[in-house]
Amino acid sequence: MSTDITDDINRDTGDDFASGQVNRVGDRVFSGMSRGAGLVILVTLAGVALFLIWRALPALTADPSEIGPGGSEGNGSGFLPYVGTLVFGTVWASVIALSIAVPFGIAIALFISHYAPRRLSRTLGYVIDLLAAIPSVVYGLWGIFVLAPAMAKHVYPWFNDHLGFIPFFSGKVLASGRSMATVGLVLAVMILPIITAISREVFLQTPRLNEEAALALGATRWEMIRIAVLPYGRSGVISGAMLGLGRALGETMAVALILAPANVYSFKLFTSQNPNTIAANIALQFPESTGLEVNTLIATGLVLFAITLFVNVMSRRVSRGRVA
Amino acid sequence: MTNNDTDQRTTSTGAGSFVEHRITVRDLNIFYGKFRAIADVDMDIEPQSVTALIGPSGCGKSTFLRSLNRMHEVIDGATVEGSVQINGVDLYGPRVDPVLVRRKIGMVFQRPNPFPTMSIAENVLAGKRLNQRRLKKNEADEVVEAALRDSNLWEEVKDRLDAPGGGLSGGQQQRLCIARAIAVEPEVLLMDEPCSALDPISTLAVEQLMLELKEKYTIVIVTHNMQQAARVSERTAFFNIEGTGKPGRLIEMDDTAVIFSNPIQQATQDYVTGRFG
Amino acid sequence: MSVSVAHLTSDEMVAHHFDSPPLARRATAAIAGASMVIAVVLSALMGGVAPARVLAIGAVVYALSIYVVSRRVEGRRRGFDRLVTTLVTGAFLLVTIPLVSVIWTTIDRGSARFDSAFFTETMRGVVGAGGGAKHAIIGTLIITGLAALMSVPIGILVAIYLVEYGRRNRLSSMITTMVDVMTGIPSIVAGLFAYSLFAVFQGPGARSGLAGAVALTVLMTPVVVRATEEMLRLVPNDLREAAFALGVPKWKTIVKVVLPTAIGGILTGITLAIARVIGETAPLLIACGLAQDTNLNPLSGRMTTLPVMSYYGYVAPGFPPEAGYDRGWAAALVLIIIVLALFTVARVIAKVLQPKGLR
Repeated sequence: MSTDITDDINRDTGDDFASGQVNRVGDRVFSGMSRGAGLVILVTLAGVALFLIWRALPALTADPSEIGPGGSEGNGSGFLPYVGTLVFGTVWASVIALSIAVPFGIAIALFISHYAPRRLSRTLGYVIDLLAAIPSVVYGLWGIFVLAPAMAKHVYPWFNDHLGFIPFFSGKVLASGRSMATVGLVLAVMILPIITAISREVFLQTPRLNEEAALALGATRWEMIRIAVLPYGRSGVISGAMLGLGRALGETMAVALILAPANVYSFKLFTSQNPNTIAANIALQFPESTGLEVNTLIATGLVLFAITLFVNVMSRRVSRGRVA
Repeated sequence: MTNNDTDQRTTSTGAGSFVEHRITVRDLNIFYGKFRAIADVDMDIEPQSVTALIGPSGCGKSTFLRSLNRMHEVIDGATVEGSVQINGVDLYGPRVDPVLVRRKIGMVFQRPNPFPTMSIAENVLAGKRLNQRRLKKNEADEVVEAALRDSNLWEEVKDRLDAPGGGLSGGQQQRLCIARAIAVEPEVLLMDEPCSALDPISTLAVEQLMLELKEKYTIVIVTHNMQQAARVSERTAFFNIEGTGKPGRLIEMDDTAVIFSNPIQQATQDYVTGRFG
Repeated sequence: MSVSVAHLTSDEMVAHHFDSPPLARRATAAIAGASMVIAVVLSALMGGVAPARVLAIGAVVYALSIYVVSRRVEGRRRGFDRLVTTLVTGAFLLVTIPLVSVIWTTIDRGSARFDSAFFTETMRGVVGAGGGAKHAIIGTLIITGLAALMSVPIGILVAIYLVEYGRRNRLSSMITTMVDVMTGIPSIVAGLFAYSLFAVFQGPGARSGLAGAVALTVLMTPVVVRATEEMLRLVPNDLREAAFALGVPKWKTIVKVVLPTAIGGILTGITLAIARVIGETAPLLIACGLAQDTNLNPLSGRMTTLPVMSYYGYVAPGFPPEAGYDRGWAAALVLIIIVLALFTVARVIAKVLQPKGLR
């Protein structure tokens, strides 16, 4: 009578007990590979940060007169003044985009989740996802060819004439329409799908019970939305908006194509005096840049990275605080 | 159970030599992290019989069952002290590969879990195929038919072996899972509440199957259904827990008839007569 | 969650249900018609009955009048409900205008050069009319393909580590955070990184397809990780246990049981990730530069993709500029068609590979 399970196993597998070790090798290799892939992520991200810092350092340590427009002749303004208007332009364009896109994003999400017929809403959800994947260069072309001239002709002058006393709408309207207002609108259209998609998802997750409780109490549809859906979806909407903000901050091509930039701080929406954004500035300048100019652009990229990182961290914080 | 009864089994599985898979548990303690789920269990499980583990929810009987083929290790932080021996070999010995242990000691779960990407036949063959055995077509067919016959499913599915396993009824799925488990030719079959997700008729079919399977396998079953324990098992072990946060303990183990009619411990008496649990 | 309805008094609730007649469909139609008439008159007074203006004014007039009428007939709460419904629907319709316009313009302007020459010729030596996007299409395929080749295995393995191996340990929570951070990297920053990386080996001014692919990999990998992770978590634990109980080693369980069960969702996610990066312009502008001819070697030399070609079609259109614009739009159209095709493929994959009997 055999009393050894190992013998028993050996007989079955036709191998010695080390055959068990073969499997273990497979396990070790596979788990090692997957852990290695995880480490690749960490290394890559560290690489991104380190390479950017390393390549940006020459610009940060150089004499201020060598940095910025005219830097090659020693008439530059220095890095901080140079990046200042860019940061301002980046944030300003994103704020405009966000203030347009968020209300519309919520409204459309509500329309899809609570107003549209069920079958239509599924299709609409799909269309929204698709719109999020339309390449930004296409939005840029559309902005420059279609939206900018149309707005400059029909809309901006009206605001300028009737509401020109508000500083935002003042100044001379740029006839080509390549102004901050158009950039803001195009960015809004671009980030709308993300905001809508995330809001729609949380709205659809509203517990049916809460909605029915509200309706059973005789609430109208709007009242049901206000007391059941919106409070439930608030943090989702916020994190969607933050994600949209992150995307708007980093958006390059649409801005690069549309905006007629200048190195200024200006809140005016329709004029030719528009602060550029970091990303668009890099895209426009990089192909023609050499030496220290490249370092300067990489340094501005580093600043952009820091800004988006900050926004993303805040966004995670909000979405973590979501009702689990 | 006497040795004479098991002669038949050895010839039928063709294991080559006479092997009795008696399970001996000594001083077994099971931990999840710092929490002790099972304390100081000693148990002898007879070969070629059905042993039932009963007890109130949370008493650790499922944990104990899973420690018999090292399945509890799948859960993070689970550790074991003590020994579980099969014919004198400690399953927790330093050179023992849990993967090989599980090929010898199969398991059937509470919810039927056929692989959804595989057909009925592929499900039955999963254990063999995934364990790197190359099977010839006719060999594979034989394994499928034998396992499905042994699990009383052959007649019902022989015309649709290539259909997805997920398309069967709950009871059929569970018998498919049993077929899948016995196709790897284990010596012991552990069943974790195999009927709790099934309707009464399917339950009956699975119970019937257990009575047939014990001719070949040592079966340990966890059940909440005391009638079931009484119907299918020779031996019954009663586990209990003093309170939340306390470990589960083996209170009493005896012939099933004794446990249900004349147990020694008052707690067992209370439980089997339905006074708590 | 507490649902507070304290502000709805029971009187109000009963009141509008039983006492006031609801506004009939015909009544709302009449208000809509009247609003449009008023809009025509108003826009004529403002100088010119342009359709867009009439519609805009009409919408505002309708929203206001339906609110006022409904408020009088059906009560304050009903009136406000109608106003919100009108606003929400109006917002939706308003937003469809730019989105439809984007797609329509691309089709309309892109079709001018959507001819066979566009797919068979390059831009080599072309200054004015003519030329094609063959080099850019090939470049797109090479760069996106390389990016997928790098990011898909890494992404899937990372997701496997997170779900199957690193449950709640420190490394996995660190990786999760870093994947989050990576998701938020602006594409142009990824381009700068790839440029800086390759400048080390190839000196400043180096541009190559591989550099572009690396930039896209940085953008694509987190998307693949997320999609795969989500799908792996959907695989019921029962299946893993079933395989373990058969004595199947863990890695084989993952490869032969877990991955096949989740494969439909994973492939869908990968397809969508490809659709996302295939339209990337900014990082490639930095890392790959612009080429006028086909370059099959991703290791050296500039390489152009469709979005970059589209961009330069506007920025450097040549003379006469119309030819450049048309090429840019045609490139955009091809791009949108590819994205659409990828979306369709993703849907089909999701449907075909959905395992039966899984929930």
